[in-house]
Amino acid sequence: MEQTIKSPLPGTFYRRPDPHSEPYVQEGDTVTAGDVVGLVEIMKTFHEIHSDAAGRIARFLVENSALVDAGQDIIALESD
Amino acid sequence: MQKVLVANRGEIAARVIRACRELGLASVAVYSEADENALHVQRAEEAVCVGPPHARDSYLNIEAILTAARQTGADAVHPGYGFLAENASFAAACRDEDLVWVGPSPEAIEAMGDKVQARQLAVRAGAPTIPGSDGAVSRERALEVAEAIGYPVLIKAAAGGGGRGIRAAGDQAELAELVGQAAAEAEAAFGDGSLYLEKLLVDARHVEVQVLGDMHGNLIHLFERECSIQRRRQKLLEESPSPALGDETRAAMTNAALQIAQAADYENAGTIEFLLDGDGAFYFIEMNTRIQVEHPVTEFVTGVDLVKEQLRVAAGEPLSIEQEKVGLSGAAIEVRINAEDPERSFMPSPGEITGLALPGGPGVRVDTAAFAGYNVPPFYDSLVAKLICWGRDRSEAIARTRRALEEFVVDGIHTTIPFHLELLADPSVLAGEYHVEFLEQRAAASGRIAT
Repeated sequence: MEQTIKSPLPGTFYRRPDPHSEPYVQEGDTVTAGDVVGLVEIMKTFHEIHSDAAGRIARFLVENSALVDAGQDIIALESD
Repeated sequence: MQKVLVANRGEIAARVIRACRELGLASVAVYSEADENALHVQRAEEAVCVGPPHARDSYLNIEAILTAARQTGADAVHPGYGFLAENASFAAACRDEDLVWVGPSPEAIEAMGDKVQARQLAVRAGAPTIPGSDGAVSRERALEVAEAIGYPVLIKAAAGGGGRGIRAAGDQAELAELVGQAAAEAEAAFGDGSLYLEKLLVDARHVEVQVLGDMHGNLIHLFERECSIQRRRQKLLEESPSPALGDETRAAMTNAALQIAQAADYENAGTIEFLLDGDGAFYFIEMNTRIQVEHPVTEFVTGVDLVKEQLRVAAGEPLSIEQEKVGLSGAAIEVRINAEDPERSFMPSPGEITGLALPGGPGVRVDTAAFAGYNVPPFYDSLVAKLICWGRDRSEAIARTRRALEEFVVDGIHTTIPFHLELLADPSVLAGEYHVEFLEQRAAASGRIAT
């Protein structure tokens, strides 16, 4: 089954906690519910995006540093 | 000086344009692609788009802003606050282009921008400073210094500011753990991993002194602003006078502020921040080399238009007022109305303002760039409006602020208006008894608000 992880807020999507760090997750990684999979920058503050289910990261639906809307699909997640 | 480019957006850009108009100066707005319909763009005589929405591509884009100045024939630059306001290279670049910089010299910005240098300058000026490391420290030295000054201590990034890059350590084990982390973070955030150490003052208040200087050797203070109501080190409510300052401490603090500004050869508007402890002792923290968000509080109690003074002294004129003529009359309070939801951990709430009713009446001032139909973009800070109220005394100012908040309607987005109404009914706030940890402690006690 495939589902999506959505951005809770509008803003700029980032895959890394800061420019010098590794991405939170890569395609193929396994995550559990509550894992941080990205950041949204909005109004000079950063908010974590959490996966709300367990599964495997199938692919990213937006590029790093892309503008996203609230509720927009960020990541396709495969689960059993 | 005839045409001022305002290198900012939002309410402060609108504020500067107002001052320009009153002085008969033309103004040039710069804007990002997200701000095409913004109020400051409409209010200025000319406007130039300087790039895409992200601040780094537009409002922080020095080359684009200098090009806009050249294109429009602007002969001065007012940087507002935030963005490039405390960027010494931008100030120097303006000077190199023969643009009048409405602010202190690049040298003063640089000296005060480095927290370690600023502290040494304050020490030389004879001002009290918080016991600490007197300069950047290694991990080993940090532990020795902390032992000498006593815990708890604050670890600060030398290149930090605005409350960023600060961590508290309660004991040796915590400090040992945090030093490495803090250095890595400072390196990533500011490109400089230098740290210094300071004793953490418990239950202290944040009180700051406004100063103004011209190039003729005149330097004055305009009394203090009390800014202890903070959430995550961001100010939410400011007032003048400080409810905690007696005449003697006020005189000592304003005098210390003048000594520090003097030592920095300071020109234009600046603010010297102090921590005031429960015993009335105060310590220099830092100097902000720009106009501040909360400047209207000072304007209300002194009657001095700080932004017009900034423009005048930048043009080479002397200050229009002498120290002896600056009085502190009544009391003023500013509350920051942010696009945030106080019921949901102050989560940002951008979007369209579908309806807006601004308060008015005696003693009420609103500084805003919002209007009905305005879309609050997600790219910049969340400040939507500043409500500033004056009263003959503090209780009248509080009653007015409450009344004005009740009149204030912002439809379509969440704002901090309900939070401020609650705050101005809090017995500690009414009594003027609060300190910088007040909101955090209040949140912990009630399980909501500033968490």
